[in-house]
Amino acid sequence: MHIDLPMIWAAIIGLGVFLYVLLDGFDLGIGLLFPFFYGEGDREVMLNTVAPVWDGNETWMVLGGACLFAAFPVAYGTLLPAVYLPLIAMLCGLIFRGVAFEIRAKARRTQHLWELAFMLGSAMATFCQGVILGTLLQGIAIVDGRFAGTAFDWLSPFSLFCGLGLLATYATLGCTWLVMKTDGELQRRMRVMVKPLVLTLLLVIGAVSLWTVLGQQAVADRWFARHNFVFFAPVPILVLACVAGIVRFNTRGHDTLPFVLTQAILFLGYSGLLISIFPYIVPPSLTIWAASSPPSSQKFALVGVLIILPIILAYTGLAYWVFRGKVRHGDEGYH
Amino acid sequence: MNHVGDALLLARIQFAFTVSFHIIFPAISIGLASYLAVLEALWLRTGKVVYRELFFFWSKIFAVGFGMGVVSGVVMSYEFGANWAGFSQVAGAVTGPLLAYEVLTAFFLEAGFLGIMLFGWTRVGPRLHYLATLMVAVGTLISTFWILASNSWMQTPQGFALVDGKIVPVDWFKIIFNPSFPYRLMHMAIAAFIVAAMLVGACGAWHLLRGRRDEAVKKSFSMAMWMIVCVVPIQIAVGDAHGINTRKYQPAKIAAIEGLWETEKGGTSLNLVGWPDMQDEVTRYAVKIPHLGSLILTHSWDGEIQGLKDFAPRDRPDSTIVFWSFRIMVGMGFLMLFLGLLGLALRRGGRLYESRFLQRFALLMGPSGLIALLAGWVTTEAGRQPWVVYGVLRTADASSALSAQQVGTSLMIFVIVYFVVFGTGIYYMLKLMGKGPSLGDTTDTHGDDTGKGAARFDHRPLSRPTDPIDE
Repeated sequence: MHIDLPMIWAAIIGLGVFLYVLLDGFDLGIGLLFPFFYGEGDREVMLNTVAPVWDGNETWMVLGGACLFAAFPVAYGTLLPAVYLPLIAMLCGLIFRGVAFEIRAKARRTQHLWELAFMLGSAMATFCQGVILGTLLQGIAIVDGRFAGTAFDWLSPFSLFCGLGLLATYATLGCTWLVMKTDGELQRRMRVMVKPLVLTLLLVIGAVSLWTVLGQQAVADRWFARHNFVFFAPVPILVLACVAGIVRFNTRGHDTLPFVLTQAILFLGYSGLLISIFPYIVPPSLTIWAASSPPSSQKFALVGVLIILPIILAYTGLAYWVFRGKVRHGDEGYH
Repeated sequence: MNHVGDALLLARIQFAFTVSFHIIFPAISIGLASYLAVLEALWLRTGKVVYRELFFFWSKIFAVGFGMGVVSGVVMSYEFGANWAGFSQVAGAVTGPLLAYEVLTAFFLEAGFLGIMLFGWTRVGPRLHYLATLMVAVGTLISTFWILASNSWMQTPQGFALVDGKIVPVDWFKIIFNPSFPYRLMHMAIAAFIVAAMLVGACGAWHLLRGRRDEAVKKSFSMAMWMIVCVVPIQIAVGDAHGINTRKYQPAKIAAIEGLWETEKGGTSLNLVGWPDMQDEVTRYAVKIPHLGSLILTHSWDGEIQGLKDFAPRDRPDSTIVFWSFRIMVGMGFLMLFLGLLGLALRRGGRLYESRFLQRFALLMGPSGLIALLAGWVTTEAGRQPWVVYGVLRTADASSALSAQQVGTSLMIFVIVYFVVFGTGIYYMLKLMGKGPSLGDTTDTHGDDTGKGAARFDHRPLSRPTDPIDE
């Protein structure tokens, strides 16, 4: 039987990236919401909701990088130079915010400085991830398997818009997460923010969809050629249904459904992006097969991934299960 | 120098800077992890409280080092693609999977055993806890295994084929167990043990100097002195074997380390000190010892060592750098040996805890393990030049098509961020060490969080120490 190794690897990395966005998305979102809540206790509670899990969330970022290097070195070596400056800024943002998160809990006099670093780091990392995504979507010039563009190819109205769009996305995720994890006054204030955030998110998704369909013939063909749209139509319809659901359940006082439905929107948006670019790993010219390392490399690394990945997934699930439930003012933190 | 050259040089400086900062933390965690395993074993075996106290104390410092290592490692896993696209394209098929295995190993550890080790003292039985500590120690060494396999393969590559200018792995066993791998792995693992021993020794010396004479301080100082006197000689022997291996596979590196230009007949002398001049192809101000070069590198009176002039100028590593980085490493090694022997001698006279000279010396030698480690890595990496994969891919062909401005900007950002962030981390580690192991009347929670309510399942290493950082 023929095994399509590049497809398996694409699926693994696709899953990894999705889990990263889903998980680190809400804890980055908490950094984005931080400026709106200055009460001493509020910030403590917000951080405590993610304290046990945030660094596990970030490991998907490292795993993604390592797997991309192992399985698709050509994509790794062309995408990263193409988004060089936003990539460096994103990494620094993540470093700052990660260390600030931990040091803040041990700091007394300098606590506000670490909180500032936490907010700015979260915003910088999120914005840069959006810019990188936008750059990927708008396509990267590759000649002979090497990045053939210039230092600021990534800088475009579209990529900057994607940066802002991701800020809205993560803020929504963070907000609905906090609706689920908090109660009382803090939860009420979160609920007020859900509707404007989720409507902004809808606008962002709509704008990115239109922008790519109108701007790129290949994307338009993928969605509208022959009967394709009939198959893909559920994606936008379900997005609308989820948005309606979030607003409705939020006003009715439901705790978990807004978060679950936000995750669903993210899944749908992510599927939409994959529909638009597949089988290219770096549009418009590099397919997953052309970007692959030799089968001997992909096979060798796959063994390790297939053993370790299920363990990491199981452990992640367990961690979330153990820490389910509300976090309240005055709870002893996990710091 | 042209623009491509500038960008290349900046990219090399950037990699050297980020990887040097990074390696400090893994080296400390690798060494301390094994020390912790020893401490816990002694606690279980003897039941003496001092071992438990020391375990709790050093596990906090280990935790901060581990956390910093993970954070600084994130940058490394993206730097290969960003700055070294040529390397990723040509050699990614080999180094990519090896690095992926390292990351998987590290995560596997983080996923389970680390949490139990740092936070599970009162939650799991002593056997399971010890198993966790042991697994963390073994795990850090497995991580070392993969990174060193990758690096050694770049030094002495084999087990691959070149297809259309790209490296295709053929035999993974040969790739991993390449000729320089066993020596480099041993040398690095022992170096990490020495790094930890030097830190433990300096910490003990600090508290002895300040007048503490409690069991925990004395015990840790004594353990460090034993470790140094036992392990440094082994390291010197391993280093010697590593040098002989290098002479066989990378003769140009050896010539550069020795500042040797001519292939001398009838026995090569050793340049004890000197200043290799790459332009004029001569080592100035050389102080030579006849035959010692042959004796060290060939273990014979008149063994032949190739001089740098046997290699085309474009194939020569920078002798000025590696000549001195090597001597710094060796110099540190002999100072460590002297420290170990001095400790042994004073032990016989019963003055191990009272000699202020020994204490000051040990304190000053605290960073010597790290200095030697960094100098050693500079020697082996700069000595590999002008190749990134020895004899296969030149460093000049390995970089990304980036402008000097781009690389310069990112270098500047990294320098600032690293000094602020990891400077804070190092400061915190020093602060914890300055506080010292608890005196028994413990207020430290030992990470078991009694009274913290909800059952913890927390595994973030940096949340292990709870001491304030700015008070």
